[in-house]
Amino acid sequence: MYQGRGILPPIELPSGSPIRMSLFTLYGANIMGERKVRYLSLEEGGFSLLLLAIAIFCLVIAGKTWDQVLAFHTALIALASLAGIFYIFRRYFDGNNTPAPLEINGKPNYNMGPVKFTTWASVFWGIAGFLVGVIIASQLAFPALNFDLPWINFGRLRPLHTSAVIFAFGGNVLIATSFYVVQRTCQARLPGAIAPWFVVLGYNLFIVVAGTGYLLGVTQGKEYAEPEWYADWLLTVVWVGYLLTFLGVIWRRKESHIYVANWFYLAFIVTIAVLHLFNNASLPVSIYSTKSYIVWSGVQDAMVQWWYGHNAVGFFLTAGFLAIMYYFIPKRAERPVYSYRLSIVHFWALIFLYIWAGPHHLHYTSLPQWASTLGMTFSIILWMPSWGGMINGLMTLSGAWDKLRTDPVLRMMVVSVAFYGMATFEGPLMSIRAVNGLSHYTDWTIGHVHAGALGWVGYISFGALYCLVPWLYNKKSLYSLRLVNWHFWVSTMGIVFYICSMWVSGIMQGLMWRAYDSLGFLEYSFIDTVDAMYPFYVMRAFGGLLFLAGALIMVYNLVMTVRVGEELESDAAGQPALAPAE
Amino acid sequence: MAEYKKEIDQVTGVETTGHEWDGLKELNHPLPKWWLYMFYASIVWSVIYWVLMPSWPLVNGYTKGLLDYSQRAVVTAEFNAAEAERAETGKMLLEASLEEIRDTPELLEFAMAQGKVAFGDNCAPCHGAGATGFEGYPNLQDDSWIWGGDLDTLATTISYGVRAEHDDTRYAEMPAFGRDEMLEKDEIIQVANYVGSVAGLPTRQGVDLEAGKVVYEENCAACHMEDAKGSTETGSPNLTAPTYLYGKSVEDIIAQVDAPRHGVMPAWIDRLGETTVKSLAVYVHSLGGGQ
Repeated sequence: MYQGRGILPPIELPSGSPIRMSLFTLYGANIMGERKVRYLSLEEGGFSLLLLAIAIFCLVIAGKTWDQVLAFHTALIALASLAGIFYIFRRYFDGNNTPAPLEINGKPNYNMGPVKFTTWASVFWGIAGFLVGVIIASQLAFPALNFDLPWINFGRLRPLHTSAVIFAFGGNVLIATSFYVVQRTCQARLPGAIAPWFVVLGYNLFIVVAGTGYLLGVTQGKEYAEPEWYADWLLTVVWVGYLLTFLGVIWRRKESHIYVANWFYLAFIVTIAVLHLFNNASLPVSIYSTKSYIVWSGVQDAMVQWWYGHNAVGFFLTAGFLAIMYYFIPKRAERPVYSYRLSIVHFWALIFLYIWAGPHHLHYTSLPQWASTLGMTFSIILWMPSWGGMINGLMTLSGAWDKLRTDPVLRMMVVSVAFYGMATFEGPLMSIRAVNGLSHYTDWTIGHVHAGALGWVGYISFGALYCLVPWLYNKKSLYSLRLVNWHFWVSTMGIVFYICSMWVSGIMQGLMWRAYDSLGFLEYSFIDTVDAMYPFYVMRAFGGLLFLAGALIMVYNLVMTVRVGEELESDAAGQPALAPAE
Repeated sequence: MAEYKKEIDQVTGVETTGHEWDGLKELNHPLPKWWLYMFYASIVWSVIYWVLMPSWPLVNGYTKGLLDYSQRAVVTAEFNAAEAERAETGKMLLEASLEEIRDTPELLEFAMAQGKVAFGDNCAPCHGAGATGFEGYPNLQDDSWIWGGDLDTLATTISYGVRAEHDDTRYAEMPAFGRDEMLEKDEIIQVANYVGSVAGLPTRQGVDLEAGKVVYEENCAACHMEDAKGSTETGSPNLTAPTYLYGKSVEDIIAQVDAPRHGVMPAWIDRLGETTVKSLAVYVHSLGGGQ
C-alpha cells in the first residue's frame, strides 16, 4: 500500500457501506473487501481543485451569458474539466494505481503516453490544417467557393488554417518531441501522473475552442493571436503546466550538462509565455461576452502585435523546431553534433537578436522610423545566427552523407534544414526597407512564409514523426521507406509550385502597384493586379494540393507502421533496447 | 556524472566534448571562419547604419543620424514632385470644358489615363471592371441612362452621386405602391403586365392590359412618361430600354412596383477632386454609351 504525501486521510469505509459499494462498482474497481486505499496525492488533489474551479467559473458564465458562442465554449471547457475530475477520481478509486516507478532495473521508466497522444494529434491537425489551406487557396482563385456562407468564408477560414498548421500541428509536434527528447536526454521520467495529460489534453482543448470560435466569428483580430480572452486564459494555465512539467524533467536529469535541444525547447516555452501574455493583455467587455479590448492602443498596439508576431516565428517556428533538428538529425544520422561551440554562440545570439526584429513588419507605417531602422538592422545581424543552426544541422552529416541516398527520412530532414537556410536568408533580405517597399503586402511574403512553413517546419516535423512512431511503438522500422520517398517527392513538387508561383505573383504585384505611366498616373488599378494574379493562385492551390497528398501518404505509412510493423525485441524491463551508443 | 571522456571522432579527427545524452555526442569544431566574419560584418554594417540613420530612442526623441534622413520628408518631396509634374496639364484640364477635353488629343490622353485608374479603384467595385454593371448597379456601356449620358450630366452624377449624403445629390424616389397601400394587388399585377407588354416581355395570360394601361396613366406616366420612355430630368428609368436595373421580367416589375429598391451612389467630388471627376466623366463617356 502506497503511503505518500497526502492531503486527505485514507478513506476508511465499512466494507459493506452503500457509498462504497456504489462508488466501487460504478468505477469497476476490483478491490471489494480489501482496504487498499491510499492517500489522495497532492497532484491529484491539486488538479481536482484547479479543474473544479475552472468548471465552476465556466458553468457560471455558461448559465448567465447572452452570447451563444461563449455559452457553448464555456460549457465545453466545464465539461472537459469535470471529465478530468472524473478521470482523477476513477483512477484514485481504482486501487491498483501506485505511482509508476521512475526507474525499472536501473533504467528510466519513460512516460510515453502523452507523447503518443500528441503525435497522433499533430497528424490529425496537420491534415486538417493543410486541407483548409488548400480550400482557402482555391477560394482566392475561385471566389465562388466561399458559397456566400459566413462559416466557411475566406476571412474565417484563413485564421483557422494558420492556427491549425502553426499551433495545432506545429504545437503538438513540439509538445510530442519535447516530452520525448527531454525524457530521453535527461534519462528521467516526466513528473507526475496527471500533469503531462493536463498539458496535452488542455492544449488540444484550447485548439478546439479557438478553432470553432473562428468559424463562429469570434476573433480579436490580431494575426496569429486571434483567440479571444477566455481561450487565452485557458492557454495560459496550460502553458504554465507545460513549463513546469518540462522543467521537472530537467530537474531530475542524470547528465549534469543540459543537451542543446533542451535549451531551444526551454527558450521556446518561456518566450512564448511572455509573448502570449503581452499581446493578449485585453479586458473583456464583460465576463459574459466573447468580446474584449486590448489595453494597448494605436501604434503601440501594432508594435506589440508584431513584436509578438515575429517572435512567434522566431521562438515557436524556429527555436522549437531547431530543438527537433538538434535531436532527430544526429540521432537518425548516427553522428555527433558538428560543433558544440557553434551551438552555444548561435543559440544565445539567436534568442537575443530575434526579440528586436519585430518592427520590420511595420516599415513605412506610422511606426517611427528609428524603430523600423532598429528592427531592420537587427534582422540583418540575425542572418548568421540563424545560419549557425543550418550549419550545425548540415555538417552533422559529415561522414554520413551517403545515408541521404538510402534514407528518405534523413533526406527530408536535411532538405528541411536547407529550406531553413533559404528562408532565413530571404527574411533579412525582405526586412531591408527598400526591398520591403516592394515585397510588403504582396504574395512574396506568403511565399516566404511557406518556404519556412512547408519546407522547414513541415519537413522537420515529418522527419520527426517518421522517427518517433516506430520508436514509440517499439517497431524495427517504418512500414515503407518507398512511401516516404513518394511523400518526399510529391510534397517537394508541391513546395516548388507554391513558392515559385508566389515569388512571381508577389513581385509582379509589387511592381504593378508602383508602376506609373508617362503622365504621372498609376498604370494599374488594384483590380487589374488581382486579375493578373489568377493563374498564380491556381498554381499555388495545386502546389498545396500536392503537399496535402504527400501528408496523406505519410498518415497511411504511420498507421501501417503501428498496425503491421515488425516488433523490436524488448529488454527485460519492457523498454525498447537503446540504439547502441558508440 | 562529472567524468567527461573526451574522444577523437574517427571520421573528422575532431575531439568530442565528452558529454553524452541518449547516445548523442557533440564534436567541438571551432566556429567556421566565414560564418564568424559574416556575423562581424553584419554587426559593423548595422553600427554604420545606426550612425547615419535615425535609429536609437533617447529619453526625449531619438538619434537623428548623420545623414539627417527622414522617410516622411522623402515621401512628401516625391508626392510634391509628382503633383508638380501633373500640375500643368491638370490646370489645363480644370480650365477646359469637358467637350474641349474630349476634342483636344493631349488633354484627352491625360484624362483617359487618369480616368482609367480612378475608375478601377473607385467605380469598378459596383459597376464592374468592364463597366457593364450588375443587378442594381447600372451598366455604363449601353445607351440606357437614368440621369443622362452626356458629358456634363455624367460629371454632375459622379460629383454629387445619387441619393448620397450631399446637398446637391440627385434624388428620386418611386413610391412603394403596394407596401404603402396606394394600389390594390390586382392593379399592381395589371400595371406590371402592361409595362411588360410595352417593354416586349412575355406577360401573364388573362390579365386585363387595358385596365393596366389606365393604372399606368394615372400613377406612373407623370414620371415615366406616356410612352414609358422615362425622363432623365427626374431620374425616371426608361421602361422600354433593353436592360432593367432590378431584373427584367413581369415578376421583377411587380416586386419593384410593390416596394421599390433604391440604390445609392456616393458623391465623389470631395474625395477625388474636380480634375479627377472630369477625367472620370470623359473616361466613362468614352466607354460606348456616351451621348
